[in-house]
Amino acid sequence: MADMYQLPSASLDLLFAAISADGRRILAPTDQDGRSELQPVTSPAQVAKDYLQTALSAKEVVFPKVEQLLSYTLAPGQVDLVDATPRAEPTVVFGIRPCEASGFQALDAVFNWDYRDTFFNARMDQLTVIGMSCTRKDDACFCTSVGGGPGCAKGSDILLTPTADGYLAEVLTDKGRAIQALAPEAFKPAAGVDKAALLADVPAAFDQPALTAKLPALFDGPLWADQSLRCVGCGACAFVCPTCVCFDIQEEADAKAGRRIRAWDSCGYHMFTLHASGHNPRETQGQRWRQRIYHKFSYYPERYRSLGCVGCGKCTRACPVDMNLKEHLVEASQVNS
Amino acid sequence: MSDKNIYLPYLMRIARITLEAPGVRTFRLEFVDEAAARAFDFRTGQFGLYSAFGEGESTFCIASSPTRKGYIECTFREVGRVTAGLADKEVGDIVGFRGPYGNVFPIESWKGKNLVFIAGGIALPPLRSVIWNCLDLRDWFQDISIVYGARTVADLVYKDELKEWEARPDVKLVCTVDPGGETPDWTGKVGFVPPVLEQLAPSPDNTIALVCGPPIMIKLTLPVLQKLGFTPDSIYTTLENRMKCGVGKCGRCNTGKSYVCKDGPVYTLEQLSQLPAEY
Repeated sequence: MADMYQLPSASLDLLFAAISADGRRILAPTDQDGRSELQPVTSPAQVAKDYLQTALSAKEVVFPKVEQLLSYTLAPGQVDLVDATPRAEPTVVFGIRPCEASGFQALDAVFNWDYRDTFFNARMDQLTVIGMSCTRKDDACFCTSVGGGPGCAKGSDILLTPTADGYLAEVLTDKGRAIQALAPEAFKPAAGVDKAALLADVPAAFDQPALTAKLPALFDGPLWADQSLRCVGCGACAFVCPTCVCFDIQEEADAKAGRRIRAWDSCGYHMFTLHASGHNPRETQGQRWRQRIYHKFSYYPERYRSLGCVGCGKCTRACPVDMNLKEHLVEASQVNS
Repeated sequence: MSDKNIYLPYLMRIARITLEAPGVRTFRLEFVDEAAARAFDFRTGQFGLYSAFGEGESTFCIASSPTRKGYIECTFREVGRVTAGLADKEVGDIVGFRGPYGNVFPIESWKGKNLVFIAGGIALPPLRSVIWNCLDLRDWFQDISIVYGARTVADLVYKDELKEWEARPDVKLVCTVDPGGETPDWTGKVGFVPPVLEQLAPSPDNTIALVCGPPIMIKLTLPVLQKLGFTPDSIYTTLENRMKCGVGKCGRCNTGKSYVCKDGPVYTLEQLSQLPAEY
């Protein structure tokens, strides 16, 4: 059971100052030309006042868009290989929504289910998440259909829920208690706050376990091709997704030196699965859309006992052709298998 | 945390290069680091990611047998940036290798059985590893037959080893080339692999069949094996989906729920029948 506190609005300045003084950077949603994105801040005044979600996700904090895996210098008959040390600085992510906070666990499932990914782990070790419960939602949101909720604590070290004059603060983990210990005077005893009454109402849109159970039978059906007809294969959905982890490994080099990097990739791209022979196991956009749905809602549950979707709706908001993931999942749920 | 960078390759020195067929080379690779060489072990069926530094990584099987210690071999066709970079290398040059990855051919469970190897073109390398592994443990098995076909005589890989297998009394080798691919001095068969296999008609009794080849060859060979009476759990093949990480993370090699890099590359026909045809 989490320790519950009140965090008056005025105490946030104290908390931010204490975190910065401890040598940790703070990333929080800030206004960026009409949308909000995570940026380094030092004071609560810099934090966006009225944001639903950031357009991009917080995954970049632990899984950068482009990351060096190794480098080397070349001479005739010789290669000098240099291991890359992950650049992980102590970081507090402030104000991300519960959906996104739970996304870190989905990333962890992939990066550590078998071989352990040192690059991801180094950053996760240095990360503390101060989540922010949702008091409103939009039509793209469906966290409650995928095991989350507007006040879900999963993935947060401290979860704040806005109240009339500040926040209800749940200190959930050792990392959270370490932050609390930096400014203990900011955290006041909580008295009789009804958290549930403060939260947005997000009704469940579909029965996810039932959908997961029926997906294998729907694999060869016409639904996925139909749903994907307007998909332009731009990959925006994967890039904004808090849980999409698929990556490419590429080489940047000249005759004398080079480096190997990994970069975000998308299952929506034709080249993602293209064989050297020219053969492509996922030739059509419909097959690639199906892979996106099945990876998140069928293969994840089977392999990791978790989902590859947190219901944040970022993909829907980013999609240039308005492919609404929630609507598509509702449609799949209604198909008779 | 004592974990290591899982994307860091071993440095390997090219000890030998064999030109197998037009554009097709075999590299024999030795570990630069002797401690790494001593610690390294693999089992037949496994694969790796091979680096041409400056160009990138490509996925090939380990084409040599684990019974041959001190080196690994890979055979590749020059088709893209990485394989062109590898093809430019000379003996003594350094390349990278990550692995071994993936599952294995369960040869221990085949003791006392007959083995039929069926390969087409550039798909002999994964079976060549198993063939030598089994020939080096020859008394484990009963009859060993190999059916190998290529488009033309020039396209046959491991030409010296084909002669070696042909000369062995304990191996039955049938080589064939597609009609029009024969040369005046060709003494093997002329015809596609599936009908040649049907003509050879190996008995399915107590027999394991291993099939590797281009998709069209596999598609036409499987019905022949089933007609001969081979059951789906006695037919093995490997999948060759595109990979980047090799360690179950980059997300592209899956065929349905099965990750070829972790659950494969070796599958029985029975296992494949449970998966969608995303290969």
